[in-house]
Amino acid sequence: MSELTLTVMRLGFLAVLWLFVIVAVQVIRSDLFGTRVTQRGSRRGNDANRQPQTGRQAAAAAAPPPQRGQQQGGGGRQRRGAPTKLVVSEGTLTGTTVALQGQTISLGRAHDSTIVLDDDYASSRHARIYPDRDGNWIVEDLGSTNGTYLDRTRLTTPTPIPLGAPIRIGKTVIELRK
Amino acid sequence: MSVVTNTTTIGAIEAPSRRNTELALLIFAVAIPVFAYANVGLAMTGKLPSGMLGYGLGLGLMAGVAHLVVRKFAKYADPLLLPLATLLNGLGLVLIWRLDQSPRLIQRAKSAWGKFSPDAPHQLLFTAVGVALFIGVLLLLKDHRILQRYTYISMAVALFLLVLPMFFPAVNGAKIWISIPGLGTIQPGEFAKIIIAIFFSGYLMVKRDALALASRRFMGLYLPRGRDLGPILVIWAMSILILVFETDLGTSLLFFGLFVVMLYVATERTSWIVFGLLMSAVGAVGVATFESHVQQRVKAWMDPFACYKTDGACQQIGDAIMSFGSGGTLGTGLGQGNSDLIGFAANADFILSTVGEELGLAGMMALLLIYGLIVERGVRTALAARDPFGKLLAIGLSGAFALQVFVVAGGVMGLIPLTGMTMPFLAQGGSSVIANWALIGILIRISDTARRPAPAPAPSPDAEMTQVVRP
Repeated sequence: MSELTLTVMRLGFLAVLWLFVIVAVQVIRSDLFGTRVTQRGSRRGNDANRQPQTGRQAAAAAAPPPQRGQQQGGGGRQRRGAPTKLVVSEGTLTGTTVALQGQTISLGRAHDSTIVLDDDYASSRHARIYPDRDGNWIVEDLGSTNGTYLDRTRLTTPTPIPLGAPIRIGKTVIELRK
Repeated sequence: MSVVTNTTTIGAIEAPSRRNTELALLIFAVAIPVFAYANVGLAMTGKLPSGMLGYGLGLGLMAGVAHLVVRKFAKYADPLLLPLATLLNGLGLVLIWRLDQSPRLIQRAKSAWGKFSPDAPHQLLFTAVGVALFIGVLLLLKDHRILQRYTYISMAVALFLLVLPMFFPAVNGAKIWISIPGLGTIQPGEFAKIIIAIFFSGYLMVKRDALALASRRFMGLYLPRGRDLGPILVIWAMSILILVFETDLGTSLLFFGLFVVMLYVATERTSWIVFGLLMSAVGAVGVATFESHVQQRVKAWMDPFACYKTDGACQQIGDAIMSFGSGGTLGTGLGQGNSDLIGFAANADFILSTVGEELGLAGMMALLLIYGLIVERGVRTALAARDPFGKLLAIGLSGAFALQVFVVAGGVMGLIPLTGMTMPFLAQGGSSVIANWALIGILIRISDTARRPAPAPAPSPDAEMTQVVRP
C-alpha cells in the first residue's frame, strides 16, 4: 500500500472521528438552546427591580403550552385571519406573548394562572380566554371585582374577541394578534 | 430616570423523540469502525481484510436491533447514548483485532502458552451478549423506580460480589476475578459497580436530609455530626479491605469515589468531598506502607524508567508512555504503530496506548471526548429526571463510568498509579463489556422516563367549575 494512501486514510480517519464528536455536540446544542428565546425591543420602566420578576412571569406564562405538540383541538385549525398569539400591550407584563394553540389561557393574580397578573386591580382568578368549538377565541370574566373590559364595555357574558381589540384588566391591556 | 430593559419570551419546547437523530448517528457510529477496520487491513497486509463485511454487518445488526428496541420501548430516550457506546465498542473491536494481527503478540502467546487464540471473535461474542443484556434491561425494566425496592438486597449482592474474588487465586497480583469451570473467568467488580450505585441511591435518597441538614458550620465547611459519619466510615473501611485483601487499587478507588460523589450530589455539602479526599489519601498511604503489590505499582508510577530493566510493571508503564510519545500529534496511523511491544495486557488495560500511538493526541482527545459525552448525557439525564432516586442513580452510574475512565486513562498515562481496571467498551474483557452495556441500558431507561412529556394537563378545573355554577 502506498505511503500516500495510508497518510490520507490516517488523516481521514481522524477527521471522521472528530466529525462524529462535532455532530454529537451539535445534537446536544438543543439542550442549551432548545427553547426559542426571542428578544423583543427595549421596554421603558422606572423600576429596575421589576425586570427579573417580569422575566419569570413571562416564562411562567409560556410554560403551559408545551406538550400540546402539533396544533390541535378547538382553535388549533389555522384558519385565515385567526389570531396566533396573545400580546400584552400595556401594564407590567408589556411585551409578553403567549402562543395560541387551542389551550385555555387563564388570567389573574393566582400563581397557577397562564398569565400571572401583577396588578392591584386584578382578582386572583380574573378572566379566561378560550377557543370555542368553531375556533373563535372567547373571553369570559370569572366574576372579578373590578371587571374585564373589551374596548370600553364591561363584560357580562362570554364574548368573542375581534382581532386587535384591547381587553383591559386593571392596568393591563391584552390583545390578540395574527 | 428611565431604565431600558429587555424582556424575553421563552417559546414552547416541543417534545421530539429524537429517534431519527439516533438512527443517523448510529449509522455514522457503525461506519467509523468499519473504516478503521479497512484502514488496519490496508496498513498491515496491503489489502482489505476479508472479515470486513461480516464484521460490519455484525456490528450494524446489533446496533440496529438495539435501536429498534429503544424505538419501541424507550421512545423518548437520549439520542446520543446508544451511538456513542456503539462507536466505542466498535473501535474497541477493531483495536483488539489489530493487536491480534501483531506478529510479536502471536509469537509471545505461542512461547508463553504454546498456542495463540485471537481475542476479537470472543470480544464480538461478548458484545452480542452485552447488547442482549441491554435489550433485556429495556424490556424488563419498565420503570427504574422498581430498583428502589431492592435497595438493601442490592447492598447484600454488591458486597457478596465484592468479597467473592478473595476466595479465588490471584491473577497477575490482583484478586478481582472469579473462575467458573467451563465458563472462564468473570470480574464481578464490573457488575458490583452498577448494583452498588442502586444501593447508594436508594440509601441516600432516604438519608439525605439527615446528612445534609444536621451539621455545624466551622471554617466555611459544614461539619456533619459524628454519628452521620457512620456510612462513609463503613464504605471507607470496605474499600480499604478490598485494597488490602484483593490488592486492587482500582476497585477500591471506584467504590469509595462513587460514594463520595453521590454523597456530595445528594447533600450539596462540599465538606463530604474534603472528607472523602482526606480519607482516601490516608487510606492509600496507609496501605501502601505495608502492601508490596501497591508499593510496586507506586514505584512504577513514580519513575518507570528507573526500574525499567528489572521490573515488569515498570516496563509496561514505560512502554505505554513511550508509545504515547511516539504517536505524536497525529499518530502513526492504524496498524502502523509498535504498541504491541507492551506485550502483556496490550489489548486490555493498555489498549489506550495503542490509541495514543496510532491515532495520536488528536485521536486520543476525540476518544476521551466521546467518553466525556457519555458522562455528560448521564449527568444531563440526572438533571432532567423528576424523581430523586432516578437522579441519584443516573449520577451514580455516570459517576462510576467517569471514575473508571479516569482511573484507567490516568494509570496508563502515568498520572496515577496503574490499577487493574478496564477501559469501558474499549478494552478486551467480557465482564466489562457486558456490564457497561447494562449500565447504558439503565441510563437509557432513566432518560426515557425523564424526557417523556407529561400527560397533557387537564383543562383548568377551576374554569369548568365556574361554568357549572353560572346560571
